[in-house]
Amino acid sequence: MTTATATAHTDDHHGPEKGLMRWIKTTNHKDIGSLYLWFAFTMVLIGGAMAMVIRMELFQPGMQLIDPQFFNQMTTMHGLIMVFGAIMPAFVGLGNWLIPMMIGAPDMALPRMNNWSFWILPFAGGILLSTFFMEGGAPAFGWTFYAPLSTTFAPDSTDFFIFAVHLLGFSSIMGAINIIATVLNMRAPEMKLMDMPLFVWTWLITSFLLIGAMPVLAGAVTMMLTDRNFGTTFFDATGGGDPVLFQHIFWFFGHPEVYIMILPAFGVISHIVPTFARKPLFGYSSMVYAAASIAFLSYIVWAHHMFSTGMPVAGELYFMYATMLIAVPTGVKVFNWVSTMWRGSMTFEAPMLWAISFVFLFMIGGFSGLMVGIAPADIQYHDTYFVVAHFHYVLVTGALWSIIAATFYWLPKWTGKMYNETLAKVHFWWAVISVNVLFFPQHFLGLAGMPRRIPDYSLQFADFNMISSIGGFAFGASFILFTYIVIDCIRNGKPADARPWEGAKGLEWTLEPKAQYHSFNTPPTRALIEKESQNS
Amino acid sequence: MNEQEYYVPSGTYWPIIGSIGVATLFVGFANQMHGASWGGSIMALGFAILVFMMFGWFSQVVKESTSGMYNSQVDRSFRWGMSWFIFSEVMFFAAFFAALFYARQLSVPWLGGADNNMFTPELWDGFRATWQQIAFNTPGATLQSGTAVSVPTQLVDAWGLPALNTALLLLSGVTLTFAHHALRAGHRNKIISWLVATIVLGVLFLGFQITEYGHAYHDGLKLTSGIYGSTFYMLTGFHGFHVTVGVLMLTVILYRVQKGHFSADNHFGFEGVAWYWHFVDVVWLGLFIFVYWL
Amino acid sequence: MSRLTSLLGGLVVIVSANVFAEYGFNMTQGVTSISRDIYGLHMTVFWICVAISIIVFGVMIYSLVVHRKSQGVVAANFHESTKAELLWTVVPIIILVSMAIPASTVLIDLEDTSKAEMTIKITGHQWKWQYDYPKEGISFISNLKQDSKDLIYSGNNRHKNYLLEVDNNLVLPVDTSIRLLITSNDVIHNWWVPDFGVKQDANPGFINDAWVQIDEIGTYRGQCAELCGKDHGFMPIVVDVVSKADYAKWVLKQQTAKAATLAKSSKTWREEELISLGQKVYNTNCSSCHGITGKGISGVFPALKGSPIATGDIKKHISIVLHGKAGTAMASYKNILGDADIAAVITFERTAFGNQMGDLIQPVQIKAAR
Ligand code: HEA
Ligand code: HEA
Ligand code: HEC
Ligand code: CUA
Ligand SMILES: [Cu+2]
Repeated sequence: MTTATATAHTDDHHGPEKGLMRWIKTTNHKDIGSLYLWFAFTMVLIGGAMAMVIRMELFQPGMQLIDPQFFNQMTTMHGLIMVFGAIMPAFVGLGNWLIPMMIGAPDMALPRMNNWSFWILPFAGGILLSTFFMEGGAPAFGWTFYAPLSTTFAPDSTDFFIFAVHLLGFSSIMGAINIIATVLNMRAPEMKLMDMPLFVWTWLITSFLLIGAMPVLAGAVTMMLTDRNFGTTFFDATGGGDPVLFQHIFWFFGHPEVYIMILPAFGVISHIVPTFARKPLFGYSSMVYAAASIAFLSYIVWAHHMFSTGMPVAGELYFMYATMLIAVPTGVKVFNWVSTMWRGSMTFEAPMLWAISFVFLFMIGGFSGLMVGIAPADIQYHDTYFVVAHFHYVLVTGALWSIIAATFYWLPKWTGKMYNETLAKVHFWWAVISVNVLFFPQHFLGLAGMPRRIPDYSLQFADFNMISSIGGFAFGASFILFTYIVIDCIRNGKPADARPWEGAKGLEWTLEPKAQYHSFNTPPTRALIEKESQNS
Repeated sequence: MNEQEYYVPSGTYWPIIGSIGVATLFVGFANQMHGASWGGSIMALGFAILVFMMFGWFSQVVKESTSGMYNSQVDRSFRWGMSWFIFSEVMFFAAFFAALFYARQLSVPWLGGADNNMFTPELWDGFRATWQQIAFNTPGATLQSGTAVSVPTQLVDAWGLPALNTALLLLSGVTLTFAHHALRAGHRNKIISWLVATIVLGVLFLGFQITEYGHAYHDGLKLTSGIYGSTFYMLTGFHGFHVTVGVLMLTVILYRVQKGHFSADNHFGFEGVAWYWHFVDVVWLGLFIFVYWL
Repeated sequence: MSRLTSLLGGLVVIVSANVFAEYGFNMTQGVTSISRDIYGLHMTVFWICVAISIIVFGVMIYSLVVHRKSQGVVAANFHESTKAELLWTVVPIIILVSMAIPASTVLIDLEDTSKAEMTIKITGHQWKWQYDYPKEGISFISNLKQDSKDLIYSGNNRHKNYLLEVDNNLVLPVDTSIRLLITSNDVIHNWWVPDFGVKQDANPGFINDAWVQIDEIGTYRGQCAELCGKDHGFMPIVVDVVSKADYAKWVLKQQTAKAATLAKSSKTWREEELISLGQKVYNTNCSSCHGITGKGISGVFPALKGSPIATGDIKKHISIVLHGKAGTAMASYKNILGDADIAAVITFERTAFGNQMGDLIQPVQIKAAR
């Protein structure tokens, strides 16, 4: 960080190209961020439409709409698309848009690779979705694709799924490398690590999770590929392998993966809460350490997804203890947010509403996580709707919530315009009520004994399923309003101030109302950085 | 370019070409595996597109670099990029090593009844849990995938070709370091000879590896020889693939040295490849110890 | 009058108990010591979480109500307190440790199968359970009952145990410590009966174990709890827990029945007999993959209608049913179906779906081919 940088050199200082080519050739972090966000949004709609099919079929007992095989395809593709297509790309999109602005840089460190990270995604998504039209249909073995259901017992289309996962992994790894290089190398020379906003911190930590976990997933699908086509026996006991080995490898990736989807969310919330409490973030450094501890712990708890696979007792005990430990740093985060609100001067604009409900609902999801983490009790919870409730509370009212919150919070900076606050409030209340009607009863279903991934159920589960489905349809419809609000803001929004939120801190708010194409051509000064730092 | 300025590259078509390339490659591969006659050609096409992309993209970067458009910040970004890419490769190999350790320490003994699996042997008549000989123990077995287990007649001896190969690769690490020293001292001829030596050692390694595969295959050790064959070929195979890529990269670097692309203090291209080569080296040490020796 | 009230009162109790049973929203306490321990843990952890929630949510809601700009509050400026940070790191750790201790005890108890008095082997198949009593020499397959199957696609009202009934219940003696050996023949299944507190994966190639000691006579239901393909939702488990005396009787009856089945395979069967038995066997064992109308599912399960094997060489047909085909979902039926059943189902397959082969296969032919 010794270079004192003065003016930016750009080949395209006249602004972006026009037309489609702008988007295909672009190396600009804002363009790429927008591409990611729109891609993710499309995937939410596709994945959500699949969830609607699931909820329609589960509306009442009996098979009415689809057959069991197709139901499994819906479940699987819903999980895959939401995780790999919606939440992860949305966070990469946010990272792209915000990180250079927050660290006083003109762009990402490796802009051409950034372009490639994005432009692999549509191909991966295309290959994944094309399996619907192949013989044997789309993957139907769950987003966790346990062998041997996904190896010996799966149709040929599975190999296309494998390659799609390879591509998705490749994209994520490149994205993560880029973020690490950007944060470590493009940061304004005057900005110390402990000056960085929390969103940047959490993304940096997330990148390490991605780089550590995604290649392992690539390894897992590669072994699947050779088991399926070349006679290896990694997951086949006949040759000395073990189907449970697949689960170990998968969850070594899969557990960090779920924190990949929540750490940036923690970052977002750590921006919004102080802004609308008009009070500095409480415990900045403990927030950083907590995020790092969560990341570290997430690598050593994976087998809590496997309590009923017949692991040796010592293993089960270890994984139970390690899992329970995660509650500690996560608790630190929750308590810090609450302390930030405490004696603040709060207002409740849309981003704050989403952030507050995040804290409430994520905590409910965290608690059910803790419950399923108790190994002997997980014997009863595992593979029931209790788990489904758990992970939707952390994923939908956690990850997705933070993405929506971030959208409202930074939309003025992205577009230079203000969204319609009244509509946004209506949208919030609609969504927050319906999402609880959708997922809360699933706790009861799980405890009463309804397994997950079943297309039909016995009568004692009928009532709660119907309630859940009704909540689901209402929640799905809320996305129509959301789409309208965003498009309305882009087209007809009133011009916004450069710093539209009274209490907002951060370098991004020092830019023009609609942030300029290359964020910082001159790095911000020490004085400015200190003034805008969360750590003061 | 001015050290005081940020470098922001121009727009580019290469990534989208690359995406089309890999997608074509994979779609071709999948169809090839399912017996489509045209799968192979599509694969080749995809591969060709990828090679085209790499040539194009890298020459653009080289051109920009040699024309002085990059400053030290760009150089650092490349370094961060390359090192974390290598780390991701480490994790990829880690998955296969994990499979090896798991099978060896856990699943094979379990199949023999260890730990809380005292009943499992009921499923496997006459099975003895001994690593490496796993295939010997399941003669006539049919894998779940339907293929018959291939029973090797002999085991791979660590102290034959594998030991020689270890020596070759370690030596190549040394020669490459000499080349690097020569580069920093600015002796172009020396760089070239050390580089050539490294490449020759790499090629020799590959040659012996292929010979060894030939022997092993002849003795019946195949991908279908149970978990030992699986881990053996997958680990050494991916390693061999990485050596091949490394050799190609070294060759490009040799060419660039001849062209005079590198200076004593600005030669990230060289260093990136050297890191990669050392990484391949270290992986081999792991392989030698855990796959061949122990 | 008082009789009426007590009657009414009794009715209310019965009805509400019933309602509670049918629309349960909490975990069952079950009928084994393990399931009760688990329930206890579940409730303890739950109440701890509720308590923490009340505190945290309470503070938050108070703050949300009181510390508003609209109330004219001016924001404070504190943003650090090592004491507070320490407090809310240490206190959760203490709470967690207090949860971990009882949890460990239950876990260790749950995994200790050494005190078993008898052993049963459970094998998962796509999509049915096989139960073996190795010592008693009893073995049978347990499929979703036809009643339920018929209702799945019909718009009719569904009965009480819809999807939770099987053709052959597992029968276990009460108050006996039983070791369950659990494995699978194809993909991973999971044998789960909530009332027993047993949920154990059935892994192909490995045998897992679990144990139960059931305290109450009754019928208990569960389901497969690991995604195992198309009919994962349709492989229930029903266990009849009976007195030890009734269990002994049941064992005897099974052993006699086995002898009768053996006798059946030596007799020569008439065509109608074969076909009607064959249809029954087909519908319970084969239709989940090959379809009631023999059309299968393209790309996953082949059609038998006009299939080269079902309309070709009889030997090949017998062979694929007896031995299955490795590397596919087509399992070997050698140890699942008797000679008569296999002969019947093959005869049926060669006659039905317009296959019109018209050949009869007798149980003796199957016996010979084994
Ligand atoms: C964003 C995603 C996300 C997050 C953040 C979490 C968070 C946690 N998860 Fe979750 N989980 C998933 C996504 C996530 N999970 C998914 C997708 C699955 C299912 C995968 C599949 O099978 O398809 C799953 C499944 C899953 C299982 C396996 C269940 C099963 O299949 O049987 C387990 C078991 O241990 C678990 C545990 C936890 C724990 C302990 C946490 C903890 O991090 C929670 C910590 C938070 C709190 C505890 C609340 C706040 C803390 C305080 C207020 C402090 C005070 C608290 C105490 C002292 C108790 N999760
Ligand atoms: C990150 C992710 C994420 C998100 C956001 C969601 C969102 C939703 N999910 Fe879930 N879900 C998973 C991740 C996620 N999910 C995972 C990982 C699994 C496990 C998969 C497995 O078992 O393998 C799962 C499984 C899962 C199940 C269990 C299936 C089973 O076990 O059989 C159910 C059932 O109710 C469900 C429902 C929903 C619903 C109703 C939503 C809603 O929140 C969705 C709301 C959004 C919309 C509805 C989009 C709006 C679209 C439009 C407005 C366009 C018009 C569309 C229509 C035609 C209506 N999901
Ligand atoms: C779990 C699924 C499943 C069940 C249950 C099942 N089969 Fe199959 N069956 C298959 C599959 C898959 C194949 C294709 C094997 C292959 O690839 O050749 C098959 C193939 C066959 C064939 C050969 C068809 C052909 O032309 O290739 C016959 C005959 C057959 N099964 C009969 C039966 C009978 C009889 C039963 C019941 C007793 C039965 N199957 C139960 C999955 C099943
Ligand atoms: Cu068997 Cu699910
Ligand atoms: Cu987890």
